[in-house]
Amino acid sequence: MLNNDSPGSPLPDGLQAKLDLVLEAHDYDATQIVGILLDAQELNELHYVPEPVSYYLAERLKMPVSGIFDCLSFYSELSDKPRAKYPLQVCSSIACRVNQSDSLASVLKELLGIDFGETTYDGRFTLEKATCFGACDRAPALRINGQVYGPLHSREEIATLLRGLD
Amino acid sequence: MENFAFLTQNFGRYDTASIGSYMNVGGFQALKKAVNMDGEEIAQLIARNKVKGRGGAEYDMGRKWSQARAVQGEHKVIICNADEGETTTFKDRELIKNDPFNLIEAMIIAGWAMGADKGFIYMRAEYACLRPLLLNAIRQAKNYGFLGTNILGRGFDFDIKLYSGAGAYVCGEGTALIRSIEGKAGRPRMKPPFIKVSGVFALPTCLQNVESLSLVPHLLLDEEGRYAAQGTEDSVGTKLVSVAGNVQKPGVFEIPFGTTVREIVYGLAGGLPEGQELQLIQFGGASGKAAGPDILDCPYTYEDLRSHGVMVGSGGLAVVDKRTSVLDFLRINQDFFSEESCGQCTPCREGNLHIKLILEKLSAGTATAEDVRLMKKIARVMSMSSLCGLGETAQNTLLSAMQVFPEVFEVTERQTGGVAL
Repeated sequence: MLNNDSPGSPLPDGLQAKLDLVLEAHDYDATQIVGILLDAQELNELHYVPEPVSYYLAERLKMPVSGIFDCLSFYSELSDKPRAKYPLQVCSSIACRVNQSDSLASVLKELLGIDFGETTYDGRFTLEKATCFGACDRAPALRINGQVYGPLHSREEIATLLRGLD
Repeated sequence: MENFAFLTQNFGRYDTASIGSYMNVGGFQALKKAVNMDGEEIAQLIARNKVKGRGGAEYDMGRKWSQARAVQGEHKVIICNADEGETTTFKDRELIKNDPFNLIEAMIIAGWAMGADKGFIYMRAEYACLRPLLLNAIRQAKNYGFLGTNILGRGFDFDIKLYSGAGAYVCGEGTALIRSIEGKAGRPRMKPPFIKVSGVFALPTCLQNVESLSLVPHLLLDEEGRYAAQGTEDSVGTKLVSVAGNVQKPGVFEIPFGTTVREIVYGLAGGLPEGQELQLIQFGGASGKAAGPDILDCPYTYEDLRSHGVMVGSGGLAVVDKRTSVLDFLRINQDFFSEESCGQCTPCREGNLHIKLILEKLSAGTATAEDVRLMKKIARVMSMSSLCGLGETAQNTLLSAMQVFPEVFEVTERQTGGVAL
């Protein structure tokens, strides 16, 4: 068992305590692993679950770490690779696509100088395609860290939104 | 058109963070009534109103409850499917956001009626902002003794746990959802065993959509038969529809069954953008079916939509105007399934890949008549032999579009490239 922030702990300072809070909120219930991973992912500035975190959770939940890796690779909302401080998720399903989400995507690409699947040099933004996240009444919609923005039509609106993030 | 409120009657009437406020508008009266009824009576009430499951499969709900009651088991489970993943479908979001306590009450009633002692709500990660609302509702219901042991002094135990999905459309499928609740990747499994016999943690399980459940407390208290007075003979009552795409006022509306599609699209949703012409409407999300403009005068009922080659399904309506071609629409829809297929069974994994490729060829004008025949064949094979509902329904839209818009799939000799093989 790993001790709280012990020198041997592969987790950065304070992370272990935060993970324990997440585990406690889910009653240390291994069946809640998907929810636990979603919360754990939010503890990381780049919105992913680093490998040491997976091992730590597996140990605390007494479940095989392969089960965690299986979930990380299966669910599209979970990532085991660093993303960005602000992953920009452009909806690519029907209601948004027929409402010019393609122009939303091209404005983002142009403003940030990146394509889908790429990250800006400062690690602040990454551009991702998302399937329908149920904001069809706000099409074309953009989702950033769970928050939905839309409808986003004009270049100015989009630029203001990006500037306004933190 | 006047908006008839039955399912949505509580919307905006109480503070969704307070159980006291909910009880002031008649909250938990339905549960108090239910615990003095036999579970079979409740199932019969649902059956009398001919309620069909609102998730998309349109299964007779009263029958489902009777079947769930009949299954023997020390522990039984009710799952509320709040993994609303169909495209253009966001009605459950509104029900949870505006009336969370009603859903909790409905689940307790379902528990009583079926003799279940565990309730799970499986909500998609996209609705994470609604988690605190539901967790609060569950906690308050527990504090007031509506959840826990010996509820209302009837020796009935029931508890609700909230589970989160993480962006997998396939987890709306029963067996996949169950695996996800068990803490695994949500890959569907073969049936049988059916989940009503062996579902989550191998317990008898009844799975119901948010809207289906939400209807039950209102039905129990509807003594004057307001609900039954709406709709048509076979499609009784009202339905939530979510309209989006090329409409001026996208949103969720409660309509009496029998309202025409025209009234929904042009009346409630404000019609198409200025100067645009209707190309098609897709009913029931990505796995639904498409129809041309002649659907507009069809009444929105199970039977009429079916006779026009579409289905109510999830209650979503994707309105597409002529700026998007039928082929582009189909490619967008295909992108969805190519992304969301779990890849476990061959027909769905390979079928989606090859149909995507053929659609691309059609779009580029390089498809042959043989490609089109092959595409149709693959679509049929998928619907017959896929492991789960995702693969079985993935090509519904394509097959319906091939019937409605045959001209799109006509390949001229010129397009075959001139090489005779």
